[in-house]
Amino acid sequence: MTTSVVQTATPPSGRTPARSSDRSRAENRLGQKLVAPAIILMLIVTAFPMLRAIWLSVYDYSLTAPDDRSFTGVDNYVTALTDPLFWQTTGVTVLYMVVTVGIELVIGFIFAMVMHRVIFARGVVRTSILIPYGIITVVSGFAWQFAFSAQNGFVNGWLPFIGADFNWFGETPSAVIAICISEIWKTTPFMSLLLLAGLAQVSEDMIEAAKVDGATWWQRLWKVIIPNMRSAIMVAVLFRALDAYRIFDNIFVMTNGAQQTESISFLTYRQTIEQFQLGLGSALSVLLFLSVLLIAYLIIKVFRVDLAAARQEG
Amino acid sequence: MAVGVLASTTLAACGGSGTPVLNWYVNPDGVATFEKYAEECSTGDYEIAVQVLPSSATDQRVQLARRLAAEDSSTDLMNLDPVFVAEFANAGWLTEVPEEKATEITDGEDYLQGAAETVVWDDKVFAIPLWANTQVLWYRKSLAEAAGLDMSQPVTWQQVTEAAAGNGGTVGVQANRYEGYVVWLNALVQGAGGEIVGDTEAGKDASVEIDSDAGRQAAEVIQALVDSGAAQSDLSVSNEGTVLGPMWSDPGEFMVNWTFVYENYRGLIGESGGPADEQAFEDLGWARYPATVEGQPSKPPIGGIDIGVGAYSEHPEWAMEAAECVTSTEAQVDLALEDGLMPSTNSAYDQVVAEGSYPADLIELWRTSVDEGGPRPKSAYYAMISGALQATWHSPTSVDPDRTPTESADYLQAVLRGEALL
Repeated sequence: MTTSVVQTATPPSGRTPARSSDRSRAENRLGQKLVAPAIILMLIVTAFPMLRAIWLSVYDYSLTAPDDRSFTGVDNYVTALTDPLFWQTTGVTVLYMVVTVGIELVIGFIFAMVMHRVIFARGVVRTSILIPYGIITVVSGFAWQFAFSAQNGFVNGWLPFIGADFNWFGETPSAVIAICISEIWKTTPFMSLLLLAGLAQVSEDMIEAAKVDGATWWQRLWKVIIPNMRSAIMVAVLFRALDAYRIFDNIFVMTNGAQQTESISFLTYRQTIEQFQLGLGSALSVLLFLSVLLIAYLIIKVFRVDLAAARQEG
Repeated sequence: MAVGVLASTTLAACGGSGTPVLNWYVNPDGVATFEKYAEECSTGDYEIAVQVLPSSATDQRVQLARRLAAEDSSTDLMNLDPVFVAEFANAGWLTEVPEEKATEITDGEDYLQGAAETVVWDDKVFAIPLWANTQVLWYRKSLAEAAGLDMSQPVTWQQVTEAAAGNGGTVGVQANRYEGYVVWLNALVQGAGGEIVGDTEAGKDASVEIDSDAGRQAAEVIQALVDSGAAQSDLSVSNEGTVLGPMWSDPGEFMVNWTFVYENYRGLIGESGGPADEQAFEDLGWARYPATVEGQPSKPPIGGIDIGVGAYSEHPEWAMEAAECVTSTEAQVDLALEDGLMPSTNSAYDQVVAEGSYPADLIELWRTSVDEGGPRPKSAYYAMISGALQATWHSPTSVDPDRTPTESADYLQAVLRGEALL
């Protein structure tokens, strides 16, 4: 990894790059040999399924009628992209992503500050904040499903403005809220963990200097701390956004896709696993992959962060 | 779950004495009886090991299909919901039943016709019926009497709906967005002499026929029930369980439901959700599934379990022998008496009648219903057909005879052609 970054670093302008020495070339070769097994393994477990999905996506192929398989070119993609259901689920998925990541960023930042600054019972505070992340998503989904249940849940009883028999999973907006809450509860600790790493990188000297210059707490937060942990925030948002876009477990457990709560992953699952439509399902998963790439690209653009620079290697 | 099953399979396959193990994948109803017969049907050549599948039919199908698609040699025997047989047989996942047994199933002598039909695909027999389920009309005799309805004659949906609405009762049906709703819909369409899809052997080129008079008559029944005030308040999420309750809160209900209802209520006498006492239980009546159109016999739904032999089994002959053994008359009678799962053959029915634990007329009604019932479309693409119908006919309150059959036909056609997502 480090090797490649050094190699791609821009040479001083107006000069040809210095010839690398025999020793560094030998080291490079050794390095390549050492990572080769890992790369081959990665290719087997990730590249093969990906290429296979692309291959399958140009066929009309049902697992239950393998003999009827036929080449259809881009038909599956056309079907998916012209189907209102695809766009509706994409919309819902984007909604899940924006709402959960937005709320998690705020709460996660507060938690990170608490974990960073806490003086007493440090271990206990940090552990209790991180517990939800240690819980399996399916378990979290069931726990919140029971909590929101109209028959035996506590949520209706606790919220004064909601009737005791209100069915959270009976209509789209309330079902989406329930799913988002489970998702936020479960993954906020992950966000705060990444942000905590960023907070730790902000030099105390700079904060001290700002304090001496008379900056208020609010100014120190916005002018010193946040700008200096921009790359950590970007990494946190990037990881969580990509995760959130692929949301599946909570929907599967809580509504099973009813009331228009389906995400793109869920739609893909239904075509591939339940309907055995390998062709159409693969086309959807390729589209899902492309959307994830697009989101990653956009987030990196928005934050204007050069990751190499962030590692002080540029 | 899958890991658990996998682990137990591996363990069973490696187990002890070196005798080959045949794995029998069962659905979770009547497992104790299945285990008993797994033991009794094991021979010196092989042992039968019971592996329990998930409880939902969809999950059972997915798990079996994924094993078979991977050509799993350890899937020897499996319990199949009738609607999976065509799909599995078409995929080449089931071993054909030997001619002698196949003839016995299809010759119309011992096996009830409705059950026998579920195992035939492309004129070949791919599974052996174990038990056969069917729906009848359950009702409170006092409610029918108050409405002046003569239950000794076949009744129609219209009569039942009006009788319930006019006397403060309700009509219990299964109308959640799930397979049970398709069961109802299929029975309504077939009762009007139609089919949801025809020429199902053509696979994706099957002819969609729900946009027809029969489809519209089915929609009219649903709409009339919704508009009558006799529909239950949880209609759009109702299932086989939710409709049981209203029977015993006066004045009661008319309800279409499977055979388990009788055992269920008998076990609840004096308890909540059941009849108050023996006398109240006597008020429970049963009649043939309501007709969609007056004068045209109804087509009661068929369910149950068929036993298939995996195409990749290492011991297909032994597996077939075991399949015949676990579906024997004796096993069917045991399932009926122990678990309330009704047989698929006349000879087993005769023995169940002789045991006397069920009213003779009820047993006769079940037997006739299975014999004259209508299966759901037999298609390799049944899951798509069912899913497309659920998407367009749910919620029942939105069903409109002028619109719904046409819309669902268009959508189903598009889904089958691969032009629309499901």
